[in-house]
Amino acid sequence: MPDIVVKADNLSLTFQTNDGPVQALADIDLTVEKGEFVSFIGPSGCGKTTFLRVMADLEKPTSGTICINGVTPEEARKSRAYGYVFQAAGLYPWRTIGGNIRLPLEIMGYSRTERAERVKRVLDLVDLSGFEKKFPWQLSGGMQQRASIARALAFDADILLMDEPFGALDEIVRDHLNEQLLKLWAKTSKTIAFVTHSIPEAVYLSTKIVVMSPRPGRIADIIDSPLPPDRPLDIRDTPEFLEVAHRVREGLRAGHAYED
Amino acid sequence: MNRKHSRVLPVLTVVLAIFVLWYAGAVALNAKWAEDKATRANITLSFPQLVADTWSQDKPKLPTPHQVAREIWKTTGAMALRGRTFSKRSLIFHSWITLSTTVLGFVMGAGLGILLAVGIVHSRAMDMSVMPWIIASQTVPILAIAPMVVVVLNAVGISGLLPKAVISMYLSFFPIVVGMVKGLRSPDRMQLDQMRTWYASKSQTFWKLRLPGSMPYLFTSLKIAMAAALVGAIVAELPINQNGGLGARMLVGSYYGQTIQIWSALITAAVLAAVLVGFIGFVQGATLKRMGMAQ
Repeated sequence: MPDIVVKADNLSLTFQTNDGPVQALADIDLTVEKGEFVSFIGPSGCGKTTFLRVMADLEKPTSGTICINGVTPEEARKSRAYGYVFQAAGLYPWRTIGGNIRLPLEIMGYSRTERAERVKRVLDLVDLSGFEKKFPWQLSGGMQQRASIARALAFDADILLMDEPFGALDEIVRDHLNEQLLKLWAKTSKTIAFVTHSIPEAVYLSTKIVVMSPRPGRIADIIDSPLPPDRPLDIRDTPEFLEVAHRVREGLRAGHAYED
Repeated sequence: MNRKHSRVLPVLTVVLAIFVLWYAGAVALNAKWAEDKATRANITLSFPQLVADTWSQDKPKLPTPHQVAREIWKTTGAMALRGRTFSKRSLIFHSWITLSTTVLGFVMGAGLGILLAVGIVHSRAMDMSVMPWIIASQTVPILAIAPMVVVVLNAVGISGLLPKAVISMYLSFFPIVVGMVKGLRSPDRMQLDQMRTWYASKSQTFWKLRLPGSMPYLFTSLKIAMAAALVGAIVAELPINQNGGLGARMLVGSYYGQTIQIWSALITAAVLAAVLVGFIGFVQGATLKRMGMAQ
């Protein structure tokens, strides 16, 4: 059992809004094993971000259970078990790139020498060595997002939660970052949960694809990818890749994602 | 070079326009007195004579810029040259008194304002209960409150600089509270969520996110507060005028119809305000540049 990182059983979440209750998640059952790369894909309102936020203890489920590393999300958060990458890089403009990566390390009480060493290491990991002293506005959007990934990696959490981290970037930059992210995942053997809108991105990155459908947000299909772990960008033109992508699209259609 | 030019020219144009209006206004307002004098002496004034008279009266309704400038020089530089910089008649002496009240009141107001803002941002109860009082405090006319503050503080044995500084503080804390509440609340939901994912404490969130995020707001409100503190100091010098200060100088001037004296105190106060606000602007530029936030 120690190999199971996320286990959700019959999990539901209802938001109380001014227009009455909105069911964001319904009957979610999901198991994620250590070292997996799981993508959550679905149209807006399918609850994929909400589920990520439940894992991160930013939202509380209304019913059902969820365990992260065998404990509640709150305990997992307090033991700093995960790094969270938001849609926007969210770097502090008054801190340098190095200063931004140091921020969680300062909060968690790492020593000065260890902070310096870790900042250097994660900057190498995301190919941003030499940018430590630059301010965020001096970097491109893609580089800022890489810095924010470095920040989430700096404190060695086993789990990386990523909420559409490349959603605001253009396709060329996105391809490049996807490739880098896979290399990084191979190097660090972390468990990654990745929310996305893009079918190719989900298929290219994941070992497991969770297809979700809206109103209420539920899981339409879970696909274990047959693709090999070593994936050059060209793999997107192979029949295996297209077959998985087709199945994802079928899953999305079955969820009546685009009904009128 | 070009940018500097484009800034200087509009400023000079406005200054020139003010001078033209000022001199014209002096002619219009002081003409009656000049004409009355001429009638009594049984002479008729030509227009150039009339203008010359309106620009050189002893107690004009509106003194001209050169009269005010001469008076300011007489009570500052000229006295300093004779080694009487801090004589009771010197504007440097009076400015110093107003300046010390302003700075003390400003520092107290900034401190109080920041403390209140921190309380309001962190405590919902304080947000609900204190904020309305803070707003109400500013609707009370300061002129009515100033003598009462002086009397009350005198009754408990506090006199001198402090009562005036309290009045100055009363005006200057308000813009700081408003600006800092907005500034401390400027971090968005995502930034606060992010702090939560790192399991940051409230104080860490404050020192590392809220406070640095509020800096641009802080400096803007410090500038307004500084100007308000100066107004407060001048108002406070009206009931406590035996101690001197630019406000006392204006009041005494108005007792004796010394319009030139009033105007020179007024202009000095304006210069003082410009210097103080300019100083904060300088600190702001330096700080934000160090923080990498300069525009």
